[in-house]
Amino acid sequence: MFRRLPDLADTASVTLTVDGEAITARASDTVAAALLAAGHAACRETAVSNSARGPYCLMGVCFDCLVSIDGLGNRQGCLVRVRDGMRVETQRGKRVAGR
Amino acid sequence: MSEARDLAIIGAGPAGMAAAITAATLGVDTVVLDEQASPGGQIYRAITETPVRHGTVFGDDYWRGLDLARAFIGSGATYLPGTTVFSVAPRVEDDRREIGISSGGQARLLRARHVIVATGAQERPMPVPGWTLPGVLTAGAAQILLKSAGLAPSGRTVLAGSGPLLWLLAAQLLRAGGTLSAILDTTPRIRPGLDMLAFATSPYLSKGLALMRETRRHLAPISGLTGLRAEGDDRLRGVSFFDRAGTTRRIDCDTLLLHQGVVPNVNLAMSIGCAHRWDDSQLCFVPTLDAWGHSGTDGVSIAGDGAGIAGAESAAERGRLAALDAACRLGRIDAARRDREAEAPRRVLATYGRGRAFLERAFRPIEAHRIPSGDTIACRCEEVSAAQIEDAVRIGATGPNQLKAYLRCGMGPCQGRLCGLTVTELIARARGKTPDEIGHYRLRPPVKPITVAELASLPRSEAETNAVARQ
Repeated sequence: MFRRLPDLADTASVTLTVDGEAITARASDTVAAALLAAGHAACRETAVSNSARGPYCLMGVCFDCLVSIDGLGNRQGCLVRVRDGMRVETQRGKRVAGR
Repeated sequence: MSEARDLAIIGAGPAGMAAAITAATLGVDTVVLDEQASPGGQIYRAITETPVRHGTVFGDDYWRGLDLARAFIGSGATYLPGTTVFSVAPRVEDDRREIGISSGGQARLLRARHVIVATGAQERPMPVPGWTLPGVLTAGAAQILLKSAGLAPSGRTVLAGSGPLLWLLAAQLLRAGGTLSAILDTTPRIRPGLDMLAFATSPYLSKGLALMRETRRHLAPISGLTGLRAEGDDRLRGVSFFDRAGTTRRIDCDTLLLHQGVVPNVNLAMSIGCAHRWDDSQLCFVPTLDAWGHSGTDGVSIAGDGAGIAGAESAAERGRLAALDAACRLGRIDAARRDREAEAPRRVLATYGRGRAFLERAFRPIEAHRIPSGDTIACRCEEVSAAQIEDAVRIGATGPNQLKAYLRCGMGPCQGRLCGLTVTELIARARGKTPDEIGHYRLRPPVKPITVAELASLPRSEAETNAVARQ
């Protein structure tokens, strides 16, 4: 798990939802950092075997932090900054048509 | 017609930023394309905006990046952050290459006469059993969280692997007030060699020793271990390993940070067609370049760690050299001026290059943690195990490209970025060939996934439409 250091520079706080549940984050966070800070070590289940996966490299290489953001699936959570009102959904297994 | 530039630099780490400063100063019309929201690359990640106020956490080497970033921002080069390059096409009629970029869900094309690829390094894969469990991250990931979000691991944390960056991260986490349950050092005992003499004059020697001393004041690393495993169910619960005496040991933990060096990020350069060869000292593919970083593909240079791992200081100098050469090729300066202005960067390069051979030998990752076996996952995206790959080789798969047809290995969202080296080494071992003979996945654009809607929105000429249209 990860926690914030004390005495960080002040910044705006934003609220986003993860599977409908509200979490707060720092405005400069990426989605992947916000998920880890909120205690989500896992952010998806794989399409092949439904095993749990979470952010791994945080530099845009591994694609293990894939999440759905505001309705668009398979976004790299480590490359997208949080926004107030953002809707993040975890991906579970294979994509199902119409969902 | 798409926007036209003289020089496009891909990546805003030390190499890309230094190249941009040099080129813009010489009056070259330059655009810098970078995936991150702020400049710095990974080594100087979030250098202009880190929320960590405690100045000593990251060390002076990190803060040196701030001068570079400020000079870059004021250089006059056009900087497009948050921009992913998904293709660099062959040259078209006006002597420019078309570059496909995506930003904020919108794709567009721009053209440039010269391209400097400065895509940097990525963590070397460390395919040990259980490395896909949530709670297992790279050491680089922990460093990125610390720099960009002020996040440090809490609870029981184990740092495992080998290499200078492992000690840098350990020191940074401890300075930030974090705790480490254990450091598992997988570096084999270092045998003496003549290359140690050159390393004795390296600027990295005293820095490295100081970091190790600082870390050892907090905890004693467990060294010489093998057989590292991450264990858990739906998430990480602990690690196990064989200690020097061969006894199995287990440590409960919530977070495992893996690291065994960094390797060039080759996907974009390979997709452009730049030739690469296997470097047996760095155990990875590196591009074939001339003394200026120019590749075998006309008008494409590669600078920084993407040209072979040499560290941040060297990356900046290699960026300067590539920019001087680009300015010369673009007719901005003559060869005499290029050569004269290259003298200072070459001196710095020589200084930081001293003793690199020793570093590579000393921190050469062990085969057991590079080439997996049994049901250990090699390709994380398609969840392909080492045994499956060996079976495919047994029934006729000759190389990484054939393997795609057998197992979809390397065909998931990461496009082979994380399994490329593992798969090449696995097949090489299974077939008794060298990694150079086996080669790497063939890479094609788009080198980053984009939506069909983005592709469809790109402008196209009548000729391009006719090439695919049904009459």
